[in-house]
Amino acid sequence: MPIGRTIANVGRYVADQVEGLGRFGVFAGQMFRWLVTDATRWRLLRPQLYQVGVRSLPVVVITGAFVGMVLAAQSYKQFEAIGRASWVGAVINVSVVKELGPVLAGVMLAGMVGGALAAELGTMKVTEQVDALRALGADPIKHLVVPRFLATFLMIPFLTVYCDFVGILGGYLVAWSYGVDTHEYWMHSADVIENFDIFSGVLKSTFFGAAIALVSCYKGFQSRQGAYGVGMAALEAFVSSFVAILVLDFFIVLLLNGVYDLVWGRVGVFL
Amino acid sequence: MIRTQGEIARGQAAEEPVIRLMNVWKEFGDNEVFRDLTLEFRRAATTVVLGPSGVGKSVMLKLILGLLKPDRGRIYIDGTDTTDLSERDLAPIRMRFGMVFQGAALFDFLPVRENVAFALREHKRLGEDEVERIVREKLALVDLAGTEDLWPEELSGGMKKRVGLARALAMDPEVILYDEPTTGLDPVTADTINEMILKCQRELKTTSIVVTHDMASAYKVGDRLVMLHEGRIIADGTPDQMRANGDARVQRFVRGDASLSGGRGNE
Repeated sequence: MPIGRTIANVGRYVADQVEGLGRFGVFAGQMFRWLVTDATRWRLLRPQLYQVGVRSLPVVVITGAFVGMVLAAQSYKQFEAIGRASWVGAVINVSVVKELGPVLAGVMLAGMVGGALAAELGTMKVTEQVDALRALGADPIKHLVVPRFLATFLMIPFLTVYCDFVGILGGYLVAWSYGVDTHEYWMHSADVIENFDIFSGVLKSTFFGAAIALVSCYKGFQSRQGAYGVGMAALEAFVSSFVAILVLDFFIVLLLNGVYDLVWGRVGVFL
Repeated sequence: MIRTQGEIARGQAAEEPVIRLMNVWKEFGDNEVFRDLTLEFRRAATTVVLGPSGVGKSVMLKLILGLLKPDRGRIYIDGTDTTDLSERDLAPIRMRFGMVFQGAALFDFLPVRENVAFALREHKRLGEDEVERIVREKLALVDLAGTEDLWPEELSGGMKKRVGLARALAMDPEVILYDEPTTGLDPVTADTINEMILKCQRELKTTSIVVTHDMASAYKVGDRLVMLHEGRIIADGTPDQMRANGDARVQRFVRGDASLSGGRGNE
């Protein structure tokens, strides 16, 4: 009965997905409960802040700089063709501050920190360190997940600001090398970019950070035995974090557009 | 001799098993690990649980600590049913236990000092001097004085197991669970671990449960030997009784002779 088997397989798949979602919900609930009732200790948080913030900085900075430069190289020709070369800064800087800075900082963090978190927690699980914590009367979520969540959540806005800064700088350098007037470049940029744009970019990066930490820690805890299991956990952590960033980005943009319209009364694209 | 009420009560407490597994069933997918297992562990004795790899010895220790839940059956610690307790309610019970994991399971993000001090910092409000004193005392007990600042990756396999033992002893547990304490060690280091187990038993008067398939270790440290086979107990007695057991499955295991028939009895 191929049809019956197919229906059974689909049913099993859906049930597994719903079960997985439920497990993730319980995991996230426990994490937030510990976050509220027993904030993490400094000695646990400090190394994570270093790991997430300092160790990720070079990659985020390099990514930001090259994205700004590529944007400038791509846009300059178009703007020059319509005689508006000095407006290139506005486009580069709005793109970097509103979208590319936070999203690329998030994606780089998903790759570096998310994969590492899942691999680290997965290895701890398969080497029984997670069981050892429980055997010593300690909660693994409180000790392992809360500091990693807080570190990612707190550090990603700073990384985003760095990414924005070098992206803007990289874009300017390329535009300047093409002969764009510096004064006009920055004047047009300042005309277009509002404080709300910078704020919204940084704000949404905190959501990306929270999603990366939660998803990656969860995948690490769900890791199967052996090197393959840990490797798969790291891979799934990156892919799931990446998808979560893009989905969150879309809905946060809708929300922030709505907020902007409400406060400043301008009609948004989607609402 | 007439005993007072207090002596009678203490005597009953001493006789009551500290851990009791009642009609426990446990399976992982299609792999049925325990089938109606009932087993008691007596206070202040060292019980060695024997059996081939995959028979569920480590699973049994995790069931006792509540790290795994049985599919059916009950688990009692000092007469209290702990089967359905939450993680939060299990925490104080787990503090009465120390567990030495098969691979030591040292926290690789902490140095030796913090590994040993972990439960002290988690559960007791002690001054830094007191924590340091206890850490040094427990490390000295396992002959690892002066290793406080080393990291787990700097330790040999035997040293890791001994740090694992020191960590398990930090809270002065009533019961110590050893998961394959000598597996993967050379014979001399394995014997050092056996001596540690005996030393802890002698000096601390703890209840010990050792799961192993190392017969030399079992004979050396065990007051009582229990053998598991296909989810059930097939032998239970002193080391001498185990040596003399007529069950071919037992003899095959204790003599390490695969050529012996694996069937029940003397066939």
